[in-house]
Amino acid sequence: MSINGRAYIAGAYEHPTRKAPDKSVAQLHAEVAVGALTDAGLTKDDVDGYFCAGDAPGLGPLAMADYLNLDLRHLDSTDLGGASYLAHVAHAAQAIAMGHCNVALITLAGRPRSAGHSGTAARPVIADAPDSPWEAPFGPTTVNLYALCARRHMHEFGTTPEQLAWIKVAASHHAQHNPHAMLRDVVSVDDVLASPVIADPLHRLDCCVVSDGGGALVVVRPEIARSLKRPLVRVMGAGEAAKGQRGGEVDLTWSAARRSGPAAFAEAGVTPADIKYASIYDSFTITVLMQLEDLGFCEKGQGGRFVADGNLIAGSGRLPFNTDGGGLCNNHPANRGGMTKVIEAVRQLRGEAHPAVQVGNCDLAVATGIGGLLGSRHGAATLVLGRE
Amino acid sequence: MVRIDSRDGLWPDPPESPESAAFVAAAREGRFLLRRCLACGKAHWYPRARCPFCLGETGWEEASGRGTVYSYTVLAREAPPRALAYVALEEGPIMLTSLVSCDASSLAIGQAVTLVFERSQNGMPVPCFRPAAGG
Repeated sequence: MSINGRAYIAGAYEHPTRKAPDKSVAQLHAEVAVGALTDAGLTKDDVDGYFCAGDAPGLGPLAMADYLNLDLRHLDSTDLGGASYLAHVAHAAQAIAMGHCNVALITLAGRPRSAGHSGTAARPVIADAPDSPWEAPFGPTTVNLYALCARRHMHEFGTTPEQLAWIKVAASHHAQHNPHAMLRDVVSVDDVLASPVIADPLHRLDCCVVSDGGGALVVVRPEIARSLKRPLVRVMGAGEAAKGQRGGEVDLTWSAARRSGPAAFAEAGVTPADIKYASIYDSFTITVLMQLEDLGFCEKGQGGRFVADGNLIAGSGRLPFNTDGGGLCNNHPANRGGMTKVIEAVRQLRGEAHPAVQVGNCDLAVATGIGGLLGSRHGAATLVLGRE
Repeated sequence: MVRIDSRDGLWPDPPESPESAAFVAAAREGRFLLRRCLACGKAHWYPRARCPFCLGETGWEEASGRGTVYSYTVLAREAPPRALAYVALEEGPIMLTSLVSCDASSLAIGQAVTLVFERSQNGMPVPCFRPAAGG
């Protein structure tokens, strides 16, 4: 059995806020739920499946299901960090295919910016994590673990800081058209290289923004999708995987997307060469480069050449990516970027992206993400989506 | 030039665990232990009671403390600066650690390093590495 064609994304909504000190996290979840249901033309009472991850307040999905007063027959709080929401779309499609729900609501929200999270500070030690007795003293934060991957990639393949910078440059070209983006100024390779080094070899402009906000999706069965007034965005294929330190057989040059990507393409029956638009989780520039290789857009080690010279810029590049400006420039709500990756892919497939970055006849897209920590233990999830 | 100094006595305390107690006790005596599978014979890191390759039972053994840098990042903006690294142990496993007592500009992937136990704020041993003598 395949999920290809068993479910459709009928609603998508990105909260316009990037700073929300006066709203609760539950309130933001509710606001994005309203936004996505309104977008789909559905109501709260149509929802019978609910999906959320660790950003949701309270125990798993229970507190938000109660806050929203949903009458559910399917719940899922799979947490793959920022990649969770890509996996949730796949899990929703599976549940719909099995007849376990008809209308699945997926929500994400948070306000790390208002909470003063810097992005580089050590996250609280999880004392019962089995790795903590061995690693906690070293302060393995997000940015420094991604930097370890970048350093090794440069060593093995000759990848350069200039090549990584092109990823940020492309994102900034897209963000200039997004009135909600946190960073709307177009930057150059030199701008990236001149920004402060945060965790050598990564610069400040190699890093995503820290923003409040959220997003939501509504995934429905085919008959419901066809009854609604929105363009049909079909879930065609999905994959997910996890990768850790492999017992000490550490290899920082590839990600779990090496498994999730090919699985998604296989289920959809397409190849990377067929893809018109790609949403690639951009927590850091190196995250994008490694996923492009691991999904098969280029050979392992060739990612630097692939992204250089503006090849990710819509309208001129060979693979338009993150046309909303991505996490690098637009939005990274709750420090979890998978949701906005799906939302921009839906906009592209509907033809509702900003005209300056809309891909012509965009009928096939991929959205992929890495959650957790690329340099120690992370999850990956990939979706192939198509317009009918 | 960015100098990465010793942080002896300054490292955050590691959480304690039944799976790390023997390591900590040996480290207090200056001995560096790792675990090897009693079934498949492979050494692993971080140490655990069950082998991550075959789920067999594992036992402690003393390791050489010699290794090479697999990857590293210098955090020059922190005060004082520090260097996070993966080090490939002579016995095979690659471990997350930190490099100390070195100049940041002298660090390189493949560089030979030697284990040095530093202490956390409450005196727990923290396995770090410094450039090997003559390396």
